[in-house]
Amino acid sequence: MEENKLTTGKVSGIIANLVIVEFDGPVSQNEICFINLAGVRLMAEVIKVLGNKAYTQVFESTRGLKVGETVEFMGHMLEVTLGPGILSKNFDGLQNDLDTMVGTFLKRGEYTPAIDVDKAWEFTPIAKTGDVVIAGDWIGEVKENWIGHKIMVPFKFEGKFTVKSVKPAGNYKASETIAVLTTADGSDVNVTMVQKWPVKVPIKAYTEKPRPFRLMETGVRIIDTMNPIVEGGTGFIPGPFGSGKTVLQHALSKQAEADMIIVAACGERANEVVEIFTEFPELDDPRTGRKLMERTTIIANTSNMPVAAREASVYTAMTIGEYYRSMGLRVLLLADSTSRWAQALREMSNRMEELPGPDAFPMDLPAIISSFYARAGYVFLNNGSTGSITFIGTVSPAGGNLKEPVTESTKKAARCFFALSQQRADSKRYPAVDPIDSYSKYLEYPELQEYLAKNISPGWLDNVLETKNILLRGKESYEQINILGDDGVPIDYHLRYWKSEVIDFVILQQDAFDKTDASSPIKRQKIMLEKVLDVCRSDFNFDNFEEVNPYFKRIINVFKQMNYSLFESEDFKTYEAELEVIIKERKAA
Amino acid sequence: METQAFKKIYTKITQITKATCSLQASGIGYEEMATVNGRLAQVVKIQGDNITLQIFSGTEGIPTNAEVIFLGRPPVLKVSDELAGRFFNAYGEPIDGGPEVEGEVREIGGPSVNPVRRKQPSELIATGIAGIDLNNTLVTGQKIPFFADPDQPYNQVMAMVALRAKADKIILGGMGLTNDDYLYYKNVFDNAGALDRIISFVNTTENPPVERLLVPDMALTAAEYFAFDKKQKVLVLLTDMTLYADALSIVSNRMDQIPSKDSMPGSLYSDLAKIYEKAVQFPEGGSITIIAVTTLSGGDITHAIPDNTGYITEGQLFLRRDSDIGKVIVDPFRSLSRLKQLVIGKQTRGDHPQVMNAAVRLYADAANAKTKLENGFDLTDYDMRTMSFAKEYSHDLLAIDVNIDTTMMLDKAWELLGKNFSKAEVGIKQEFMDQYWPS
Repeated sequence: MEENKLTTGKVSGIIANLVIVEFDGPVSQNEICFINLAGVRLMAEVIKVLGNKAYTQVFESTRGLKVGETVEFMGHMLEVTLGPGILSKNFDGLQNDLDTMVGTFLKRGEYTPAIDVDKAWEFTPIAKTGDVVIAGDWIGEVKENWIGHKIMVPFKFEGKFTVKSVKPAGNYKASETIAVLTTADGSDVNVTMVQKWPVKVPIKAYTEKPRPFRLMETGVRIIDTMNPIVEGGTGFIPGPFGSGKTVLQHALSKQAEADMIIVAACGERANEVVEIFTEFPELDDPRTGRKLMERTTIIANTSNMPVAAREASVYTAMTIGEYYRSMGLRVLLLADSTSRWAQALREMSNRMEELPGPDAFPMDLPAIISSFYARAGYVFLNNGSTGSITFIGTVSPAGGNLKEPVTESTKKAARCFFALSQQRADSKRYPAVDPIDSYSKYLEYPELQEYLAKNISPGWLDNVLETKNILLRGKESYEQINILGDDGVPIDYHLRYWKSEVIDFVILQQDAFDKTDASSPIKRQKIMLEKVLDVCRSDFNFDNFEEVNPYFKRIINVFKQMNYSLFESEDFKTYEAELEVIIKERKAA
Repeated sequence: METQAFKKIYTKITQITKATCSLQASGIGYEEMATVNGRLAQVVKIQGDNITLQIFSGTEGIPTNAEVIFLGRPPVLKVSDELAGRFFNAYGEPIDGGPEVEGEVREIGGPSVNPVRRKQPSELIATGIAGIDLNNTLVTGQKIPFFADPDQPYNQVMAMVALRAKADKIILGGMGLTNDDYLYYKNVFDNAGALDRIISFVNTTENPPVERLLVPDMALTAAEYFAFDKKQKVLVLLTDMTLYADALSIVSNRMDQIPSKDSMPGSLYSDLAKIYEKAVQFPEGGSITIIAVTTLSGGDITHAIPDNTGYITEGQLFLRRDSDIGKVIVDPFRSLSRLKQLVIGKQTRGDHPQVMNAAVRLYADAANAKTKLENGFDLTDYDMRTMSFAKEYSHDLLAIDVNIDTTMMLDKAWELLGKNFSKAEVGIKQEFMDQYWPS
């Protein structure tokens, strides 16, 4: 099919990065084309066809482009290259390897290969001659960092194939044929370690997508304890600027229990990506003892990089995630921020003079967002093993107002809602996840409830729900105190409020910049929650409300010192004992 | 100006709006510059042989038979060391009576830095202002705006920061600057003997608004020359970015684009990011730090301009008049420097992060106490102590006229904490308590 004569065309109009091309043959929607600009080839994607005019969005600056320049259509959609060598790479939104680019400044028209096909890999066969295979089945394995990278029957292959031959164990280049498959009609096809896939089409090489049920530990208490996310789950973090979205996402990327992390820096600050570039090669992955960068791939399309490539970058990231999921791995995909992606859609829709939807976003925005979130999930692969993509996107709502199209559309698609609150951020209560507004739908899943009861403790869910209730009652009491005054309410109100403050300071707040407190394993979270609930369930004796505040401040202070101490260390136990003493002082018999 | 001898002259304009005109022409590149009866213009739309030009100084008096000459190049600036100490208009032409600058011709608004070729910003910029150094430490390669109401003294604070920051070059990009403010900057820099370090690109309120669109790119092209080619520490001051964004909306409106929030173009985020993201720390030592001003209307930060800016920049600084002490302070609640984590406690004393957070939290408690007082409730002893702490903290540290080094700021903060609170109320890590708690 690739031998067909390719369509060509000529530039007939230019409005920023929207270029109109008059073409002479067949052209398909979303087809990739290259526009010549004085010897430089600019990549573009067809986004609308009208008569013999194709409207294309160019992934680069169009400065200097003239009418009449030639255009070549490539006959395929935007594709990524999949194969060993993706891990630890820094790509741009179109999967160009940023590290192999020449010079300090990005040059337009410079496209670098995503993976080095000449690199040799230690190959171990899995499939045997005579096996019947379909797309996504594992043929063999190579070691990529510490991951067993499966070489699969290319996803584009349709139907059943018989394995004719597989190379024996040994070193082979990625571009070498490592297996020959026979189709049903008897012709042979060669398989290498490298394949291509169009980013906007989901990879469906799995048999079943069940409801997710397994807790994904993140080390962040307000997520794991209060609003847990599951392997294969979806969540989003909306919040005004300055509320700590990026710090929270970075914490997740460092600590989350996953085999592979893909960070899609989509239209955000370059210095934040540089932070990952700088820190991840140094930081240890607590689970493997290796460096974090070894399990991370970064898709960097920062805010000053071309807008159209920003739209592509989230799809590139998701497709790479689906590729690794098909190997039976747990992938965590983080996108910061999906609002920038939506804005890229808006800019193009605007240039094409489409009738606008709310806030000038395209009308189909909710559909685009939900079909993207739907690509995440927990799956059973053809051979019965499992893999997952957990997706967490941030949303940057305009003006911090959650009633805007991107937040509302995302809320319909994502199952966990980690709302960042300006008020909490202002009072430096980090992570500023609002404990009342945020939710995890997964807590309602019987599958997860069962898992929690089995793996943490039978009463865990009840404890969590009780904690939420105490927080809510604390908030109500606080409002009452503010209306009626400190001495206008019974002491009980103060108690209720301060008990919720204990939860707030000890469980909800967490110091992402402290070595020990930054990540809290679920075992530690369980013990701390139980200790805090012990306090909340106790009755205390006070003569007047003025004694309540200093007393609970002391409790909170000791609890905080515990959070800062290594789990079950000497210090930890000393503070624990000190806490017992303080509690006894006023605990009602 | 440049030679125009071989250029074809067009004289048939088919359409004129307030900011643009259209004509038939061929062989024209996108974003190419042109002159229309001597006024500078740029190609913003090409449809077949129908070319739309945006005329920077406006279309007043442009006739349909105006002479249109295409210059065959995008907007450029000549860069060399001769730029230092000079004042230019938005087109990069001298306005200080001096000679033309000779140098290498560079396109303005050029490509961005490959993110893997950046270095993580790590060098602290000391300003002596505790509201900045203690609570919102600045770092080279950072981009941060003042969010200020028009009546606040942001130009003064910015000039102060610029002079104390020990930059090799200070580049002022003035957009819609009043002539008085322009002269203020000129005088302050002159009096400080810093004029040879300053380069200014100024569009005052007397110049046409659309011209402003060129100012940030001009300033940043000069900045890139000094930071990248000459490996210098460059500080870029952009004031006022709100007026820049207003100019964007004028143009997009004339081009019949559908406006998004607050009548701003849908591409506002990308347009602003292109400017602010020029802030960079190069591994070779040079850096571009951007301090900008975004004026607010009535303190509203949800307006599209400050809102988009906040998502792009690495924090923001707010000024506020504190009526308790009668001085302008850097607001500790709403101000934020995102890059401070890279230097505080590392290039400053280890207790810096915890002291900073504790003091701000207690300052917040004081604000709650104040609300209680205003609502007529009795105050507890703790409330009283937070309020007395807040007043001293505001006076001795937050006020913009304080000029001390960071270690002194920390000592002062410990002194105020010890004076007003018990150890448990402060809640700082034990090791620092042992070391610094005033006995």
